[in-house]
Amino acid sequence: MTSKPLFRVLQPAAGTDAEAETVIQIWFNDQSFSVPGGRSVAAALLAAGVRRFRATPVSGAPRAPYCMMGACFECLVEIDGMPSRQSCMVTVQDGMRIHSQEGARDLPPLSDLDPSQASTENAHGR
Amino acid sequence: MRGHSVDSPDVLVVGGGLVGTAVAYGLALEGAKVTVLDQGDGGLRASRGNFGLVWVQGKGYGLSPYARWSRSSARLWPGLAAALLEDTGIDVSLKQPGGFHLCFSDDEMAEREKRLSTLQAELGGEYPYQLLDARELRERLPAVGPDVIGASYTPMDGHVNPLKLLRALHDAMQRRGVKLVNGEEIGRIVPETNGFAVHGRNAVWRAPKVVLSAGLGNRALGAQVGLHAPVAPNRGQVLVSERVAPFLHYPTINVRQTDEGSVQFGDSMEEAGYNDFTTTDVLSTIARRGVRSFPLLKNVRLVRTWAALRVYSPDSFPIYEQSLQYPGSFVVTCHSGVTLAAAHAMRIAPWITGGPIPDELAAFRGGRFLAADHSASHVH
Repeated sequence: MTSKPLFRVLQPAAGTDAEAETVIQIWFNDQSFSVPGGRSVAAALLAAGVRRFRATPVSGAPRAPYCMMGACFECLVEIDGMPSRQSCMVTVQDGMRIHSQEGARDLPPLSDLDPSQASTENAHGR
Repeated sequence: MRGHSVDSPDVLVVGGGLVGTAVAYGLALEGAKVTVLDQGDGGLRASRGNFGLVWVQGKGYGLSPYARWSRSSARLWPGLAAALLEDTGIDVSLKQPGGFHLCFSDDEMAEREKRLSTLQAELGGEYPYQLLDARELRERLPAVGPDVIGASYTPMDGHVNPLKLLRALHDAMQRRGVKLVNGEEIGRIVPETNGFAVHGRNAVWRAPKVVLSAGLGNRALGAQVGLHAPVAPNRGQVLVSERVAPFLHYPTINVRQTDEGSVQFGDSMEEAGYNDFTTTDVLSTIARRGVRSFPLLKNVRLVRTWAALRVYSPDSFPIYEQSLQYPGSFVVTCHSGVTLAAAHAMRIAPWITGGPIPDELAAFRGGRFLAADHSASHVH
């Protein structure tokens, strides 16, 4: 649920940041938001008035972004099906579907790992 | 406190890490007045770089008193956890469900068999363990990978949250009256008529007894009070993952899931001097072994890595000794400050206050490293 935003978007000087002047549409927990582009998912959600991004697995308490620079891991959300994304480190894109992260992510079940993934190759094929 | 000694403690403890604070806590429980002198944030911080295992299996191969010592500490650990919870409200999350040492080859299994059967024999049978084949292992650890061909399991093993432990020891000891002096640097210890003068940066600390638990600093400090403590750094590197839903309910020697859900990977050993930086090759080896152990971790995100320096004696076993040349000065040093925290609080501390010396300690004198034909200036 959103409430009056804690944060106010500062307008860039005219012409300096075209991306930031765009308005895009994203979904957070299946609710649609119009947000400014050209910034992190965390900044966009905070601008839209979202205050609760996740529940910490340690106690279940509500959490939101803190450092805004990738160090604290408080801003974790699920973006387009991938959990545990640091929303302050991901640029917001039109059409993104974002969900709050409720507790710790689940690891993929063993059956989901295909045979090539069970090898010791890394993502770069080495 | 500048330039003069503070109101007189019974014991000065040099070093406020896991070893020093466990000893100080035990001393306070014995009614001693204690001041702990800690280096502060500029130190090497082994107490924050460890793996959190309360581990018994396999230890003491070649020196069975160490197996007995570790076992006794593991047995005393629930009492320490309960005391810390009662004194501070901090739950250090001790879990002792037993632990596994995973094997990837027949040679590794054979080594486990040899090691554990020898230890069992030396401890007169008082050493429960099982060797598990792949099928039996998979029943206990369903997430284990196909490359793991078996494991040794003992019910004696466990793990704890080491950061909460350090915090709880600091908190508990101070609640029991221990004075903590932070940001100190001890360079000189001078024996005096009634005890020792411990020279810090801006103050001199005096007490009838002094305990050296300053990690790698024990070598230089020990030499000043006739104690031979030739400890040297041994580097371990660690990887920590994001928090994931619980899937691993037992610690293993290389991988464990913490109480808060993160997965910790480790157990490397290198001689790298005082270099406590991580290296990609060792981290890769650790990661590869972790994924071979538990393939479902293949895409887990790593959020932190670090390296820390173990306080390592030449034979890897602890050094516990009271100086014969200067009685009242003690060295208490090891590289398993988590496992041995209970023994330090409950068996070492009473010895320091004048109680009988624990049986196992005869094996841990620093003098064991001196060649027999040296005429040592340090008696042992």
